[in-house]
Amino acid sequence: MRGGRGHARGAGPGLGGLDPYLGAPYIWGSPIGVASSPIHMGQPHRGCIQPHTYGAAQPHIPPPRTHMHLKDIYGPNVAAAAFTLSLGGSVRYEGQEQWLRPHGPWQERVLQLRSVPVWGLDLSACPVTYSGLGSLEPLPHLAHLDLSACPHVDDWTVARMRALAPSLRSLSLSRCPRVTERGLATLHHFRELRHLDVSGLNVPSPGLVRILLEEMLPGCRIVGMELDTPPKGTT
Amino acid sequence: MLRSGSALRRGLPRAGGAPGRGMRSADMFRELGLRLRLMGRTLQDQLSPLAPGTGSWGPPGVPRDPQPPEEADVVVVGGGVVGWSVAYWLKALEARRHGMRVLVLERDPTYSRASTVLSAGGIRQQFSLPENIHMSRFSASFLRNINEYLGVPNEPPVDIQFQPSGYLFLASPQDAEGLEATVKVQREEGVQVTLLSPAQLKDKFPWIDTEDVAVASYGLEDEGWFDPWTLLTALRRKAMSLGVLSCAGEVRGFVTSAEDLMPPRGPDPLSARIKRIHVYMQDSLEYQPVTCAIVVNAAGAWAGELLETAGLPEALRQPLPIQPRKRYIFSWHCHDGPGLSCPFLIDTTGAYFRREGIAGNYLGGMSPPEEEEPDPSDLSVDHSYFQEQVWPRLARRVPAFSSLRPGSSWAGYYDHNSFDRNGVVGAHPRLSNLLVAAGFSGHGLQHAPAAGRALAELVLKGRYETLDLSRLGWSRLVQREPLVEGGVV
Repeated sequence: MRGGRGHARGAGPGLGGLDPYLGAPYIWGSPIGVASSPIHMGQPHRGCIQPHTYGAAQPHIPPPRTHMHLKDIYGPNVAAAAFTLSLGGSVRYEGQEQWLRPHGPWQERVLQLRSVPVWGLDLSACPVTYSGLGSLEPLPHLAHLDLSACPHVDDWTVARMRALAPSLRSLSLSRCPRVTERGLATLHHFRELRHLDVSGLNVPSPGLVRILLEEMLPGCRIVGMELDTPPKGTT
Repeated sequence: MLRSGSALRRGLPRAGGAPGRGMRSADMFRELGLRLRLMGRTLQDQLSPLAPGTGSWGPPGVPRDPQPPEEADVVVVGGGVVGWSVAYWLKALEARRHGMRVLVLERDPTYSRASTVLSAGGIRQQFSLPENIHMSRFSASFLRNINEYLGVPNEPPVDIQFQPSGYLFLASPQDAEGLEATVKVQREEGVQVTLLSPAQLKDKFPWIDTEDVAVASYGLEDEGWFDPWTLLTALRRKAMSLGVLSCAGEVRGFVTSAEDLMPPRGPDPLSARIKRIHVYMQDSLEYQPVTCAIVVNAAGAWAGELLETAGLPEALRQPLPIQPRKRYIFSWHCHDGPGLSCPFLIDTTGAYFRREGIAGNYLGGMSPPEEEEPDPSDLSVDHSYFQEQVWPRLARRVPAFSSLRPGSSWAGYYDHNSFDRNGVVGAHPRLSNLLVAAGFSGHGLQHAPAAGRALAELVLKGRYETLDLSRLGWSRLVQREPLVEGGVV
């Protein structure tokens, strides 16, 4: 299941944007441009196998049930937890020792804990994307985020995580194939970060990047990116 | 050797024949002529790209580029990022595959003077005009999903090496109010920008000397810099895979329908269409007349010059106030300079710099004041400009830059719109099939995907749909109503 495919209208103050990545346009706040109706940009070339459908009349795709609506109805904790669990990740709430895994009927549990702040999210190897991060955004107590081995997390996604910066203390980006040192440079917003795992990333000179990261985040312990070991995953 | 349809026509026996012969042989000759003409054209289309140098004479040893075709539906003059963006979007948005023939003409295939490849590569949303903000936001979204748009099967994915580090504008006490007003406009349009006090600035970026800084605006999302050459080649590759033709040649003449029309008698001014353009080959006096339906002027810094040399009749002239302005970019190495958190910083004095890579290299420059504009006739660099103007200002702002080692430097052109420093996008007021997308005054690269899309929609659908750029049209030049952009760096 894809994360964060949105068609939310009027959800929150104007962060207008056109993101045709997943084919469905979404417009927050006021739409850009003249039309007051949703702007259809047609299907992008996904994998470049589809024939041209630009300009042809688009069938009306009803907006899927999204976690954006959950945020409006139940609050950010439920939205983030539901998003994570539906992608196959795990959630840990504040004050709980156990991680809530996506096995069995987790929906009721998530609704029961709607007012308990989410402490940690484990999204390792989940197909979370740039637009999916919108479901995680207003989480003021999130301290632990694990995005290791996420295939779609790239530099843009890391830059977007800035909204989680005030509270995050532990972050893992290890083995994300599309994260480079350019995305890591945006982590300077994360003042509270104490543990950063960057092992297995493709960067040109790991030793230098590690030094620069240590300089950028003085209180943080940086794991991975040793001078002599080559990054995992490269042949 | 079958050269061209007209040569064939001349070479064939006349279809009439002697009066005594019946209609049958005349028809036969006419049909034969038609068939031979079609065969000749097919062979010529197939042969000329395969065997350059055959057919027309050229200096021996020099491969001949493909000649422009005799007809095209849309001709884009200018093969920079704006021109290729228009060509790509025309093909991406056309309703039927191979529905129209798009031709891109570039007079300098080496791109030695093109603004695209000499640009610093920044993209930002901190503008004062809402249209510019929308264009940048669209372009950022395009770049974020660039492989969805420009990915070609069996080719490696496009990596523009985007660095999402944001732009930081510093304002002195006199400019503080203006900056805050601009930020208010930006916030209303949904831009993620924050205002920083000098204390917050010092806390976030300890390497800045905050003397004379009253307030700073820091862009947080979709701002940074990327590699312009990669974007240009990706647009070109995708557009050509969708069927866009590309030729090397310079457009020096427009043939309009004005001579076919009676001069108007009423108060309405004359309006005409371009029938043909004359494309001159490189280093040669020969030209190819290309019959076209629509001409797009994406000639960048030379957009104004294109219209002046086009040989338009007096009644159709509408000068475009776009001139090339030379700007220098200097790069240097500093041992203790700002680290990974370094944004694209624009100082109160107008000097700017950004980090380049992770090894302590930076590049930057400054736009000179109006009266000290360098001579734009060539791209030679004035190194004393760095020593005397740029370096002292940057060293005052970043004390670590007091000791640095200058590296390479180059110069490029802004396509400067001297009327109001904003792009001109839209149709010529007199020539109904001439469209222009130029004059972005240093922001052409970051606005190219958006301008291309807007112009393609204008061509294909007759109106703007995704982005409303009607205020950036030519009419504001005609009516002398400037639409000023405050944030030109």
